[in-house]
Amino acid sequence: MKPRTLFEKLWSSHVVQELEGGAALLAIDRIFLHERTGSVALKSLKDAGRTVADPARVFCTMDHIVDTHPGRGDDTRMKGGTAFILETRAAALEAGIRLFDVRDPLQGIVHVISPELGIVLPGATVVCPDSHTCTQGAMGAFAWGIGSTEAEHALATGTLRVNRPKTMRVRFEGKLPRGVTAKDLTLALIARYGSAGGNGYAVEYAGSAVRELDIEARLTLCNMATEFSAMTGFIAPDERTFEYLHGRAYAPQGADWDRALAAWRELSSDADAVFDRDIEIDVGTLAPMITWGTSPQHAVAIDAAVPDQASSGANPEAYARALQYMDVAAGVPLQSLAIGAAFIGSCTNSRISDLRRAAAVLRGRKVAAGVRAICVPGSMSVKRQAEAEGLDRVFTAAGFEWRESGCSMCFFAGGESFGARERVVSSTNRNFESRQGPETRTHIASPETVAASAIAGHLADVRALEVA
Amino acid sequence: MERFGVLSAVAAPIVRANVDTDIIIPSREMKSVSKTGLADGLFAGWRYTAIGGREPNPDFVLNQAAYAGSRIILGGENFGCGSSREHAVWALHEYGFRAVIAPSFSPIFFGNCVRNGLAPVRLSLDAVQAIAAWVAVDPAGRPVTIDLPAQRVRAGGSEYAFDIDPESRDMLIEGLDAIDLTLKQRAAISAFHERDRHARPWIYLSKDARVPS
Ligand code: SF4
Repeated sequence: MKPRTLFEKLWSSHVVQELEGGAALLAIDRIFLHERTGSVALKSLKDAGRTVADPARVFCTMDHIVDTHPGRGDDTRMKGGTAFILETRAAALEAGIRLFDVRDPLQGIVHVISPELGIVLPGATVVCPDSHTCTQGAMGAFAWGIGSTEAEHALATGTLRVNRPKTMRVRFEGKLPRGVTAKDLTLALIARYGSAGGNGYAVEYAGSAVRELDIEARLTLCNMATEFSAMTGFIAPDERTFEYLHGRAYAPQGADWDRALAAWRELSSDADAVFDRDIEIDVGTLAPMITWGTSPQHAVAIDAAVPDQASSGANPEAYARALQYMDVAAGVPLQSLAIGAAFIGSCTNSRISDLRRAAAVLRGRKVAAGVRAICVPGSMSVKRQAEAEGLDRVFTAAGFEWRESGCSMCFFAGGESFGARERVVSSTNRNFESRQGPETRTHIASPETVAASAIAGHLADVRALEVA
Repeated sequence: MERFGVLSAVAAPIVRANVDTDIIIPSREMKSVSKTGLADGLFAGWRYTAIGGREPNPDFVLNQAAYAGSRIILGGENFGCGSSREHAVWALHEYGFRAVIAPSFSPIFFGNCVRNGLAPVRLSLDAVQAIAAWVAVDPAGRPVTIDLPAQRVRAGGSEYAFDIDPESRDMLIEGLDAIDLTLKQRAAISAFHERDRHARPWIYLSKDARVPS
């Protein structure tokens, strides 16, 4: 038999029917919704007089608009936001789907709780009207973001009509230098190949460095496949994946588990499988990364300076606009930029391992005067775990706010922001104009770089700090 | 869904790389659980002088008289990247746009366009820039024509061929509702589940197997 890539296996095992031009009607195993976009899908499904085909495989969370201040309820800071929450709740109840509601102890950001609860599984197709659904590909799943109308389609039919992407493999080879994390790998990839570099592809992350990553780091790596414009990113599941999933709430149990495991062990690209594109990155030469502009591809090593236009990879117009928006200039060392705020959170970097690494940097230190620092755990389970380990006290003693879980200021849900022209260092995934609030200037980096910068009061190199 | 055949209309140039969906419709402008009421917020950050305000920024192309009534956007690479929010497409549609011509699109945005009767047309950056330059001389008097069945864009004497997958093309031309189309395949879907239930029983959760919260 012709050697096949993992993607070909994931694809062909879900084909209900071939469509014209290489497209196919694919079976969808898991659908996740959230109150920002899922509410629209549920509402228009109902308005069209349709119902959810299999509610047992549909899940919904309140993460985007929900307030993250301690003691929160249905009120949010976003004008009109409460209506999203109330309407989503009513629609989810009526559709009979499992909702992780505002006060549910399992509530959290969709791409954090789905792996955490074993909802996403190796070999499964998972969709959500949210672009960072690719995060979940780290479990060996075929997971991608869709629009609300497509979500309606998936809800009503249990399938989607999908154009087949090309395949790309990105091999990260070598040993990660100190201070370099999965976040830095993904930023380095996007900086090198451009934020449209993955357009048209499903990307398999592979290589010795990826094998060494723990599951949470793999989720971080796959999270930003959408910033690479890929349809999705994913990683072949291995023993770490299976160990991570074993015993999780929605993971298979008993005899089902054994059968699943046998099937999951087949989920890798065959040795001689051919990819439409194959890229290799030597990780041994990488440094912690930081963005200087308004696209994730505007990223450089933390000890570098803002590049000139020629070496920036941006065209002259985009380059000029990015400099102006970010209030930076060519040749200025990134570490000389003073910050007004620091944010640790989001589906990229808000899991327990992220908080542990950031806390290790913060322990015994204080956030610089004048810097507003916020930590928002990715789920209530992460929050409880962090509190059990005393991490919350490390954050608060250093001067961080400690919040309830949600997307919070990863994006501007309309109410809360850092302030116009505020310079923010953030563990999130998008440094677009006004993403974190009107005119905010976002520099994205790993949680440890965010923590080191919060302490320094300017963008800082975590490698210069002694970390216990 | 309304059908897309041949469109001749004023084309507005926003030929910047990576125009993201936060730019097309800022999240502060998405005020309700609805697909409507979005046109006012379209490109709000660029279109108005102040955040949250409504005073037109005269520098922005859609505020220039010559481009009034534009129904086509001439965009740059990776158009519609970022958030999956379909509101970006709903806002464009409500404002009056029916097509975007750009060198490349984010995949989610592309799919959202097709589902809402907006034609996403891929032409090289050189072609987009040439069209924009031709239009700029007299935008109202130089409409751009998109002939979807023929897969051609015409601008003055120039004609450009473009590729689009047959599924998307047919959905746009016929104005098909994808759900209706798929529901005709009920038998195939049931047959798949029949087989798959035996092969992968763990995928099929029972409603009673809910974890207690
Ligand atoms: S944390 Fe940010 S990127 Fe992730 S789902 Fe929420 S808003 Fe989107």
